[in-house]
Amino acid sequence: MMLQVASDPLMQVENLVVEYSVGGKTIHAVSDVSIEIARGETLGLVGESGCGKSTLGRAVLQLRQAVSGKVLFDGHDLTTLKGEALRNMRRRVQLIFQDPIASLNPRRRIGDIVAEPLVIAGVRDPEERKRRVSEVLSAVGLDPALVSGRLPHEFSGGQCQRICIARSLVLNPEFVICDEPVSALDVSIRAQILNLLEEMKARYGLTLLFIAHDLAVVKAVSDRVAVMYLGRLCEVGPSEQLFARPAHPYTALLIEAIPVPDPDVRPTTSVPVGEPPSPIAPPSGCRFRTRCPRADARCASEVPELRVVAPGQFAACHHPLI
Amino acid sequence: MATLELSLDETEAAPVQRRRRLGTLFWCAIGWTVLVFAVAIFADLLPLPSPTDMDMLERRAPISAEHWLGTDGLGRDELARLIYGARISLIVGLCAPMIGVTIGGALGILAGYFRGRFESFVVGSMDVLLAFPPLILALAVTAYLGQSIFNLTCILGVLGIPAFMRVARAATLTLARREFVIAAQALGATHAHILLRELLPNVLLPLIAFFLLGVAVTIVVEGSLSFLGLGVPPPISSWGSMIGEGRESLDVAPRLAFIPAIAMFLTVLSFNLIGDTMRALTDPRQGAL
Amino acid sequence: MSGALLSVEDAVVDLPTPRGNLRAVDHVDLAVGAGKTLGIVGESGCGKTMLSRAVLQLLPKKARLSGRVMFDGQDLTTLSAEKLRKLRGRSLAVVFQDPMTSLNPVLTIGTQLIETIQEHLELDLAQARQRSTELLAAVGIPAPEQRLAQYPHQLSGGMRQRVAIAVALSCEPQLLIADEPTTALDVTIQAQILDLLAREQQRRHMAMIIITHDLGVVAGRTDEVAVMYAGRVVERAPTPALFKQMRMPYTEALLAALPKLDVPPHTPLPAISGRPPDPTRPLKGCSFSPRCRYSAGRCSTEKPRLSPAETLEHLYACFHPLAAGSGA
Repeated sequence: MMLQVASDPLMQVENLVVEYSVGGKTIHAVSDVSIEIARGETLGLVGESGCGKSTLGRAVLQLRQAVSGKVLFDGHDLTTLKGEALRNMRRRVQLIFQDPIASLNPRRRIGDIVAEPLVIAGVRDPEERKRRVSEVLSAVGLDPALVSGRLPHEFSGGQCQRICIARSLVLNPEFVICDEPVSALDVSIRAQILNLLEEMKARYGLTLLFIAHDLAVVKAVSDRVAVMYLGRLCEVGPSEQLFARPAHPYTALLIEAIPVPDPDVRPTTSVPVGEPPSPIAPPSGCRFRTRCPRADARCASEVPELRVVAPGQFAACHHPLI
Repeated sequence: MATLELSLDETEAAPVQRRRRLGTLFWCAIGWTVLVFAVAIFADLLPLPSPTDMDMLERRAPISAEHWLGTDGLGRDELARLIYGARISLIVGLCAPMIGVTIGGALGILAGYFRGRFESFVVGSMDVLLAFPPLILALAVTAYLGQSIFNLTCILGVLGIPAFMRVARAATLTLARREFVIAAQALGATHAHILLRELLPNVLLPLIAFFLLGVAVTIVVEGSLSFLGLGVPPPISSWGSMIGEGRESLDVAPRLAFIPAIAMFLTVLSFNLIGDTMRALTDPRQGAL
Repeated sequence: MSGALLSVEDAVVDLPTPRGNLRAVDHVDLAVGAGKTLGIVGESGCGKTMLSRAVLQLLPKKARLSGRVMFDGQDLTTLSAEKLRKLRGRSLAVVFQDPMTSLNPVLTIGTQLIETIQEHLELDLAQARQRSTELLAAVGIPAPEQRLAQYPHQLSGGMRQRVAIAVALSCEPQLLIADEPTTALDVTIQAQILDLLAREQQRRHMAMIIITHDLGVVAGRTDEVAVMYAGRVVERAPTPALFKQMRMPYTEALLAALPKLDVPPHTPLPAISGRPPDPTRPLKGCSFSPRCRYSAGRCSTEKPRLSPAETLEHLYACFHPLAAGSGA
């Protein structure tokens, strides 16, 4: 309980541990992660593939069983809720996926897909459902009359992602988890969807957890950013501050690795070689130490705790850059 | 401004009604199937001699105006036996896979969705069933319960369960990992809702395609069992038993074995053709780029 | 264009589809000199992959190609299958987006490398093995001797892509085509792979074509950039000139739509409205005109030709090019 930055937290994740086994081996997907998201805030969660960021998003929704830890949503611990109570709570939290085409049932019509949450939530009146579906479809920039009767394969990736966003908004949720919502889309479509998410956030008063591997995308939409590496949080801080002055060497490495569309900026060759170790057997102590230029003996023996490095900025490093 | 309304012409341009040429072969298959079904259903109304009336004077009579396809070794009208035989072959051929698709499909979807111990149990018991020699099972059941169409259908149906279970489970396993299923879970949908609304419509398609194949296989298997004398009890005819009986007079009247064989061949071929075409037609991504 | 190692002249690729003819590549001219790097940038469906397949003569069976693909003085479109096979792998190599699918999963890395080497170079097994080890070391794979006995699935995505590059480099090709080589990889790995490609390209003095959807990838690592949209090259220029002064509105919009690190959060992105045209229904005018904010007059009725700007190297296809001094 050290990240008390939000005065009015909507979502609080406390010491969450998620492990699962694949082929008899335990994968330490999320290890002791604590984070808070304030009402109305967008928290960006970045990290490389396999760092546990998607697992964290799913564990928040109880789609993955946590080994230990709490997920408090508006004061209720989701990990202890079961059955009907959990289903009721889930309606206030929605999820948007990376692959918009795969997240739509290929055999159902768009109108039915978007109305589905209402059916599940027990909205009986078909007229009411139709009205709500039309409203959200128009909100995401689609013509309800034209799209309702069509099947998902008739739409492009960007349009499918608009449909997914419409589906996630139809129940007026408070919290939306966006799991890599734009990484499967083309550059020109990506900007449209990012703008749409921002607009929907303002219009419906949403709180967002925005998971992505692309730092520039995360920065474009987030108030605060959390960086994950091999199941642990490395750094959390306000986005501008974090990008301007990263404290954790891993954050610095990620920022440096982004290709800049400017030929005058010669690509740096200082990006260290090596790849993330396996989450089956993560390194002792600081998990980043095997790739870290600043690692020493202490990093191998002692797990660094998240601590304040600047106002609102926390880093888990024995040798922070600031 | 941020929101970009998709203009009308753009969304309109997206889908193109696909007109697919089905081909003459497909329509021939449909035609043959309809014909077989029609004569089997309306056999009682057709002006046919009884398929069981023997006429010892007219044994193995050649094709004539009175007997369009001649008579068999006991002087029974071959055409009538063929048509009444179609009834048996179709009843067994449709009902047995129906048992398989219902039980096997349900078990497969449940196993693929819930995984865990239930899946191990289902898969394990299906393996046991598969390992049991089918002929011995058929022999044992007919020995205990007697030869009847009902028993035959049940045996063939039970034997089909493992295959349908596997098809349904494989399809469910891949689908259950798809985001739209997770999305439904995230929406707070109940298991029943996910199974019926999200998974079933998608699993049904491979099952139906496999069902048509199952019909074809069952007709052949029923024929083989009848040929061996394990099928329908005489004097009822089925195509298999007719081939079996025709075998005795292959040298003098080969048509007695070949006519039911050709009927079976055409029917099985038609079912396979229709199954293939249906699968291609109903895949929502077919024809899309 | 004389002296170029590879030159594509007026290439057109047509693909018959159930919805009608799809023109994947529409009258494209390109050239790469020895030791130079060309970047081809475009979004999915713009024809960049089909163009690379046309160069390799690996188009789908039903595709029709017209135009010429001159490589090292010979027209690849007229070569026999046997000669082409010898050329591919030996002089023309390719690295694909997904190393998991481009490597054979049931053969060890050593077998795949050694087979490729022996196929094209006259080396005995020991020499080929020696060379494989050297190649793996050159692409930055630790403990190369042991890796030879491993299977592709035992390596991580980045390592597999390094192996795929080693296979491509094994016969000292004159031209390497990298088709979205880093799209499937993480950012830190992407930087490593791009550095590796640049280093090997310089060391071996080979020509390279990098195909990507990311302007950031080509910016610091290419000599020339061609931007493709709806099957056509819409702008082509030496990299510094292009980034200094974009003339084609599409290129500028593509760059502007990228989220940037130096902009504060929640700044609306200048997105390009709509989406690319249906390639089976070609537009009469400029393909980009329905999405272009400068579109006016003949943009919707007449196709602009690729023509030079102030310098002969900088070509663009637009009736209303961005004026010098404006733009990004």
